Amino acid sequence: MILPSLIVILIIGGIASWIVARRSTVVARWIAVVSVLADFATCLGVWMARAGRSQFTPERWFVECNVAWIPQFGIHIHLAIDGLSLALLLLTYFLGVMAVLCSWTEIQERVGFFHFNLLWVLAGITGVFLATDLLLFYLFWELMLVPMYFLIGIWGHERRIYASTKFFLFTQLSGLLMLIAIVALAVFHYQSTGVFTFDYEQLLQTTLSPRAARLLMLGFLIAFAVKLPAFPFHTWLPDAHTEAPTAGSVVLAGLLLKTGAYGLIRFVLPLFPGPSHELAPLMMTIGVIGILYGAVLAVGQTDLKRLVAYTSVSHMGFVLLGVFAGNQIALEGAVVQMISHGISTGALFILAGLLQERLHTREISQMGGLWETMPVLSGAGLVFAMASLGLPGLGDFVGEFLVLLGTYRANVGLATVATLGLLAATLYGLRFAQGAFQGPNRHHWRLPDMRPREWAALGLMMICLVWIGLYPQPVLRAIRPSLATAQQSALPQELVRR
Amino acid sequence: MSHADFTASLPMLIVSVTAVLLMLSIAIRRSHMAAAAISLIGLFVALASLPFASSVVPRQVTAFFIFDSYSLIYVAILLLATAFVFLLGYDYLDRRKEHREEFYLLVLLATTGAMVLVASRNFASFFLGLELLSVALYTLIAYARTERAVEAGIKYLILAASSSSILLFGLALIYSGSGTMELSQFTAMTHSTRQASSLLFLAGLALTLTGVGFKLAVVPFHLWTPDVYEGAPLPVTTFIATISKGGMFALLLRWFHSEVGGLAGAPGLVLSIIAIASMLTGNLLALRQTNVKRILAYSSIAHMGYLLVALLAGGVLGASAATYYLAAYMVTILGAFGTMTVLSGTRWEAASLDSFRGLFWQRPLVAATFTTMLLSLAGIPLTAGFLGKFYVLIAGASQSRWVLLFTLVVSSTIGLFYYLRIIVVMYSQPAEHIAAGDPGTLPLSIPAALALAALTGLVFLLGVYPALLWNVIVEATHNLG
Repeated sequence: MILPSLIVILIIGGIASWIVARRSTVVARWIAVVSVLADFATCLGVWMARAGRSQFTPERWFVECNVAWIPQFGIHIHLAIDGLSLALLLLTYFLGVMAVLCSWTEIQERVGFFHFNLLWVLAGITGVFLATDLLLFYLFWELMLVPMYFLIGIWGHERRIYASTKFFLFTQLSGLLMLIAIVALAVFHYQSTGVFTFDYEQLLQTTLSPRAARLLMLGFLIAFAVKLPAFPFHTWLPDAHTEAPTAGSVVLAGLLLKTGAYGLIRFVLPLFPGPSHELAPLMMTIGVIGILYGAVLAVGQTDLKRLVAYTSVSHMGFVLLGVFAGNQIALEGAVVQMISHGISTGALFILAGLLQERLHTREISQMGGLWETMPVLSGAGLVFAMASLGLPGLGDFVGEFLVLLGTYRANVGLATVATLGLLAATLYGLRFAQGAFQGPNRHHWRLPDMRPREWAALGLMMICLVWIGLYPQPVLRAIRPSLATAQQSALPQELVRR
Repeated sequence: MSHADFTASLPMLIVSVTAVLLMLSIAIRRSHMAAAAISLIGLFVALASLPFASSVVPRQVTAFFIFDSYSLIYVAILLLATAFVFLLGYDYLDRRKEHREEFYLLVLLATTGAMVLVASRNFASFFLGLELLSVALYTLIAYARTERAVEAGIKYLILAASSSSILLFGLALIYSGSGTMELSQFTAMTHSTRQASSLLFLAGLALTLTGVGFKLAVVPFHLWTPDVYEGAPLPVTTFIATISKGGMFALLLRWFHSEVGGLAGAPGLVLSIIAIASMLTGNLLALRQTNVKRILAYSSIAHMGYLLVALLAGGVLGASAATYYLAAYMVTILGAFGTMTVLSGTRWEAASLDSFRGLFWQRPLVAATFTTMLLSLAGIPLTAGFLGKFYVLIAGASQSRWVLLFTLVVSSTIGLFYYLRIIVVMYSQPAEHIAAGDPGTLPLSIPAALALAALTGLVFLLGVYPALLWNVIVEATHNLG
């Protein structure tokens, strides 16, 4: 009963904080923090319990929970956790706490409803990372969108309605395509075995004709590619990121994008091994295009949040590349990249939020010389900019390096081109640091430096990045078995070759 | 008529008797409260008689009616929906100090008509039910006696009357071709290739479908829908959207459903085109509307298209999926129009998009209810609308109706756009001044509040725990025909 409680705590916490906010907004904020922390502690407990045991236990899931829900169609409330889910959940709650902290002073209106939405998004994300029943997965997939829509639509900036509607329509259309694919998969399974089920592990056994497999895979692939976002489907992202409030951007960049990558690893690779192998070159090319495209556009942005948004497109290109490179190293790199990107981009968005709170603008040209007046904040900004451009010793480097290493084995040409993305990353990273913090203080800003609460949040994120950058072993060890499972079913021929 | 026949037809008889009693009570003394009470008690007695009726089914009563578990479940749905219409409409009517008692009378008569449709197995009872429903509606639509309402009433009168005559002509053609008035015979014919190809039969079928399509408001027979929805008083709009369409759809389902492999041939093709056209046209036309009643009118056209997808899919799941979808849709649309009804004042209705501006910040609970209903219409998980759509998808996928399913997906994404638009308006900044009689200031009466709470609960119940209703529906639609 551990796993459902993760979701229930957030749902109840959200409702409680909504109700309490009428009396006291501070208590509402604390309720939000505490409920996310409770989940964080629970996950940490599962991690500790697991680390104590031998690494060679054969069971697939650490903890499992299975209750019948709609028995007529074999739909179960089936939640299960393995290393991959666990790592991503820890990230979820870590960033969740950060999101609440960074909205502490930014959100002053309708505080209760804000935290309600925030916690419900987190609940939806938790469900996505835990569900091993495909319909349940879809349910949570959709569920996290509605509160996210409100977060952008109510507390966002100037063009929030446009951005939130675009976000919702993109994800909803792709989600419905995935729903058709899920239903069709279950129906095919039923036709070949006579059993109606939406269970992940049973559907893994479904035999499909190559043509059917290709079509069904497309349904899943489009949904995940939009969420990731892969190159031609990315247009919702800069708008949504720019218009969202800080906490919304953190959750969006840090977590929502990860659900797309998670879906690729958890569902697309194992369910459709043949077609994923066929499509791998195309998907890798799209990944590389995304890397370059995002990075080049990021260089040209003047709006700080838009710049960070485009860097996300670039970083997610690395993830896509790693997922489809077809070997263990690249896949591990993709997951490390997911985690460290979550932290570094989250931190950059928080930073952008702090700057906007103080300067009331996000234009980089309006900044400059901030180091003079806010040395601590600018220092932190420099660190995260370096992390984002992939400086060795920080988390993103490990991820990008592993992805490139793995890609090099699969396709030398693409790996070389992808490396150019790192070059562009240096450009935008330095340009941002230079433009915002260095130089003369032309606008004569006189601003307060970081407060302790902001210090605590950003400092923790910095520690995490350095930790992943210097010693990624614990993360790699935790995710390796689950990735191996995805990989094995994905590429049986790889296994034979070894 | 034997004792068992009498028991089987109890629900229908009770509603008719209630109508007569109500008429007498109005003749003696006018009282809005008494009229509502009598009607509600009548409906509940009719509901309470359902267990007795179900103990003697399936049973054919005269040549006209068939009472089986299928018709009983629809009767139950229709009776409940009518009760909700009364509960939600009571306050609305109370605010208007004109003759209100006849509303209940007419609605009871129209409900009887819908019940006749649900249970009919013969052309004669089919037409009887249809006219009983329509004639009551002519008056109901013009009930508010504003200029718009009268215009809408006349529009409906002319179109409905001509569509009835077209339908009648179609039935006559089919009769002359086949020599029978039994609907069950008809079912056999639509599914056999031999007679389905006869020209006389096809012509008759086309004309009949015109009449049916008019009542369901599917494309291309949908032109009356937005005007009538907008012109009619809100409780009547609710009635048209739920009971009138529900009764007609139940008949269509009984008529065309086939357990083996869905609907094919000419009727299948025609209905597929109608379904696709309805889904797309309904959603596209709703995009640019600024009146919520009109938006929901166009969206209802699309929803009828979704229902047709389940009907066309057929198979083991088709009828159950369609029935579940219809039940979910009725609950949702009752809630949506119900919310609008409670927000309507003495002289005006909360129908324009502007009247919802900032509603969430003034009346969070009412706005949350409306949001729930809109999300359910859009098919977002945890609401009834999602599971309804899910069942339709399963039914369609198991019969490989991919074109229909893709149209469904694309058009419901388009649909999402205008549902979101209403939600956005509700959550945007409220208007500066709050005039007297604004939606924000109207008191919420207890019956309406209870009804809305019950409907919201039902939306979530049907969306989270479908087994309850699904099992009953599967049981009831098992031996359809």
